[in-house]
Amino acid sequence: MHKKKLTNAIIDLNQRDLKFAKEVKRRSGVDFNACLHCHTCAGGCQFSEVMDYMPNRIIRLVQLGLKQEALTCSSIWICVSCNTCSIQCPMGIDISAVTDAICQIAIDEKADVGEPEILKFHEEVLKTIKRYGRTHKLEIMLRYKFYTHDWFRDMGVGLKMLAKHKLDILPSRVNHMMDIKNIFSQKKAV
Amino acid sequence: MHRIKSFDISYYPGCSMATTAQESNLSLLEMFNKIGFNLIELEDWNCCGSTSAHSIDSELALDLAVRNLFLAPPDRPLLVACPNCILRLRYAHLVLKKNELKRRKYENEWGTSYNTDLNILHFFDLLENINLLHFSDKGIKKLQGLRFVSYYGCMLSRPNALQYEKDYYGLMEKILRSLGGEALSWPFKSRCCGTFLSVAKPDIITPIVNKIIQGAMDAGADCIVTACAMCHLNLEVRCSLKNPVPTIHFSELLSLALGDSKYESWFPRHLVDPRPMLKSKGLIR
Repeated sequence: MHKKKLTNAIIDLNQRDLKFAKEVKRRSGVDFNACLHCHTCAGGCQFSEVMDYMPNRIIRLVQLGLKQEALTCSSIWICVSCNTCSIQCPMGIDISAVTDAICQIAIDEKADVGEPEILKFHEEVLKTIKRYGRTHKLEIMLRYKFYTHDWFRDMGVGLKMLAKHKLDILPSRVNHMMDIKNIFSQKKAV
Repeated sequence: MHRIKSFDISYYPGCSMATTAQESNLSLLEMFNKIGFNLIELEDWNCCGSTSAHSIDSELALDLAVRNLFLAPPDRPLLVACPNCILRLRYAHLVLKKNELKRRKYENEWGTSYNTDLNILHFFDLLENINLLHFSDKGIKKLQGLRFVSYYGCMLSRPNALQYEKDYYGLMEKILRSLGGEALSWPFKSRCCGTFLSVAKPDIITPIVNKIIQGAMDAGADCIVTACAMCHLNLEVRCSLKNPVPTIHFSELLSLALGDSKYESWFPRHLVDPRPMLKSKGLIR
């Protein structure tokens, strides 16, 4: 589904960005050079099948300094941080911290992100937290649908959830919204 | 039944328990009340930031989690039921504990000192050493005849920074068996449910959810038991199988086993109604 053609890919050494690995390490606090490339993470990942680069290959991209490939790949967004890979990794590498770091660099550098819909979803979640201090699922879903123009795909699920009172119409709010405003005031993400 | 003095504990519900999984929240509060723990909701708690915050802004993720930790009264433990929330809160606690610079920064912002000894408990931590059968009416094993599979999702996994935290592997089986249930073995107990991809990429999640639920049915289970609000929601809304087995919150089953009769306010909220199955087993009327 998201597979890119890798068969003829050649690593172009002129395209390497030697500062990239340092930046990922600074942000994630992870020593990914401990990676043995044993593929345990790829084998255990529930989502490898739909990733363009399996988890260990993302680490390889960073090690090789293939910044553009890393910033624009879809896998870093598909990763849900379930930590299955981290707990199985024989070297104890926190792989989801690495994917988070790459996602954040991609945002900061306005890269052409591989999964704009997932980024949009995260932004909508954070917007409701900014507004109410808590997430408001109905609003997140409606705004996300508005963005994707895909109103009908999940209509049935949405209606079922409404009927079962799983989606509150009104948001639950934090009282001291000043606290939340202050937290968001210095953040560029939302 | 044993009568004991009630013990006060702060409780952080989190967004899912407070909304989509209210049935889990209600049954959890009742169950703890019954065994002598008085859960006091953390006043004015905010969202832990969830996956969205740490994916796109690590500092924001930390700020959001830290506010809750500073709100927690220092004289009692903080109980969390959501596996994702507790990871965020425990991670933030670890940062405050280990990184003095950051702790001072937050202490200045919140105008109070931080209790680095704050005990953040998952509700499994409380249940681990309690024999729940003592609290069941006349010590009856009420779940007799119920064949279940436990679904932990990613609850059994942690980032490396939290590697020394407790592992809950097998705890749901142990407790439910002590109450008469029959635990079945199956291969999907720790396969991730896909969390937020359920909204953003439903096409990826439906086959995964179907595989998990089909796996439970192939194992011969009457139901799937989960202790995560997100897992529960995904298994319910993304399943496209014809007659799936119901997914029941761990807290609902525990409350039921301890003789709670308020299940009529929880089970109608399920998309796959567990009542016909529970009735056929004689577990509810």
